[in-house]
Amino acid sequence: MNRILATAISEFRIAFRNRWVSIATGMMVLFALVLAAAGSAPTGDVGVDRLSVTVASLTSLAVYLVPLLALLMSFDAVAGEVERGTLPLLLTYPVSRLQILLGKLLAHLAILALAVALGYGAAALVAVWSDPGAVAGLASLWRLIWSSVLLGATFLGAGYTLSSLARRPSGAAGLAVAVWLVAVVLYDLALLALIVSDGGGAFTTQALPIALLANPADAFRVFNLSAAAAVAAAGGIGGAAYSIPIWQSAASLLLWPLASVAVATAAFRKVTP
Amino acid sequence: MTPTLTISRLTKRFQSVEALQDVSLCLEPGKRAALLGHNGAGKSTIMKIVLGLVPFESGDVSVCGARPGSSEARAKVAYLPENVAFHPALTGEEQLRHYLSLRGERPSQAMELLARVGLSHAAQRRIGTYSKGMRQRVGLAQTLIGHPRLLVLDEPTSGLDPVSRRDFYELLDGLAADGTAILLSSHVLTEVEARTDRILILSGGKLVAEGTLADLRTRAALPTVLLVRSAVGHEAALAAAFPQGIPGKDDVLRIACVQSEKLALLAGIAALGQQVADLDVIPPSLEDIYSHFSRRDGQ
Repeated sequence: MNRILATAISEFRIAFRNRWVSIATGMMVLFALVLAAAGSAPTGDVGVDRLSVTVASLTSLAVYLVPLLALLMSFDAVAGEVERGTLPLLLTYPVSRLQILLGKLLAHLAILALAVALGYGAAALVAVWSDPGAVAGLASLWRLIWSSVLLGATFLGAGYTLSSLARRPSGAAGLAVAVWLVAVVLYDLALLALIVSDGGGAFTTQALPIALLANPADAFRVFNLSAAAAVAAAGGIGGAAYSIPIWQSAASLLLWPLASVAVATAAFRKVTP
Repeated sequence: MTPTLTISRLTKRFQSVEALQDVSLCLEPGKRAALLGHNGAGKSTIMKIVLGLVPFESGDVSVCGARPGSSEARAKVAYLPENVAFHPALTGEEQLRHYLSLRGERPSQAMELLARVGLSHAAQRRIGTYSKGMRQRVGLAQTLIGHPRLLVLDEPTSGLDPVSRRDFYELLDGLAADGTAILLSSHVLTEVEARTDRILILSGGKLVAEGTLADLRTRAALPTVLLVRSAVGHEAALAAAFPQGIPGKDDVLRIACVQSEKLALLAGIAALGQQVADLDVIPPSLEDIYSHFSRRDGQ
């Protein structure tokens, strides 16, 4: 445990000095505030508090931004050590590769948690400031924060895997962009196309819920939208959230980080310095 | 005494290239062994196998009685890689605190370790601003953490100035006296000559010679060179007395002889009396011995 903590402290320090903490936090706060400002228009008679509306918009933001930040922070984790030549020495220390990865994960998760807490917090402040009744939505804000951290953990693990497989930071960066595009953009587009061509047939009723749960980003969206009272405020694919029991999306959200870190550890074990 | 490191019949292949063939060696506690060999001879490969960083095809390797790379072995072995690198964003002190924690030692010892390698003044500076010699010293400092039973040092003195080299070997002497076994590689043969107990010469992945310097000198049986300077006007007489000699500049005659002929030859030179102005006896250097063994396999 001490070894994991020591690794995490070093990694956090490095990320702080490399401006990752300020970049991640700045990005989240900026986007969240833009959303909060833009979200002030369509309120009125939707029947929910301002904060729940904001959380619904933040969910759509987090689906794109959290995986992106996680991949950006993690793609260098192993490949960077290989390129700098620091890995051989590190691996001769009495510390397991799992401990090294968990240390890095802990540091990166802390940064991500800080960034989403400050970002969402800023948007929540705006909401509560303009509508005191919005404190009713605090529970959904809290849910959004921890589920964002879990989503981040999944993509951090994916980043470590790519970093181990590529062994060069440039290659790992390319793979990270590809994974982000496929997982958060193309996957949904493909589902949408299938829904349209299916016209409410077997695909939409049978395969779609499974397809949504199989993608961590979609599971995150479904979980937050079905849990929040603000489902009505969100459109698009969120409508499918009705048909998926909340325990299923929660399970997907919890299992993905474990699977992702397990795969990352297996990939890291294959790296010969 | 139980050896700290035992390697027997070790073979390692990189695709079709035989990086190491049938290498055996043994290192007792408190002994310092130097691995010599040109680039690609297999020095770093042996070290990485001992550290458990690289798998091997056949043979046995035992590090402090454990499998190389096992957590038991890693707890007792310290390593200094060739061209050691650290994260440039950390300071020297932060880097050492991290390494101390990884070895389960108190992080507060970092400053003491930096002082031992003469880096106290730069402890709060980022390693990115360090010179190569300073990074090398951070590398040395981390090998001193805890009480390693085996030190594996790959070109440890590269980038160090002559004074730092001397300090470094004094550190090693202290560690060896406490029972730490040391396996190091170097290109600077003169320092290896004075500071190690045993020399291992690798060539093309094979261990071609092993022993103390005196052993290797006897085994190589390289010629000793006598440099004889004639007195003014006696050059021709000297050259006639030793027809095997090769005349050089400054009236110096260079005579090579095998060890067994040396004394007879010296007597012959002494007999010339006033005709000889000066005499130097040059035994084969470590460079000569090294070249002799590493070229024997047609290199």
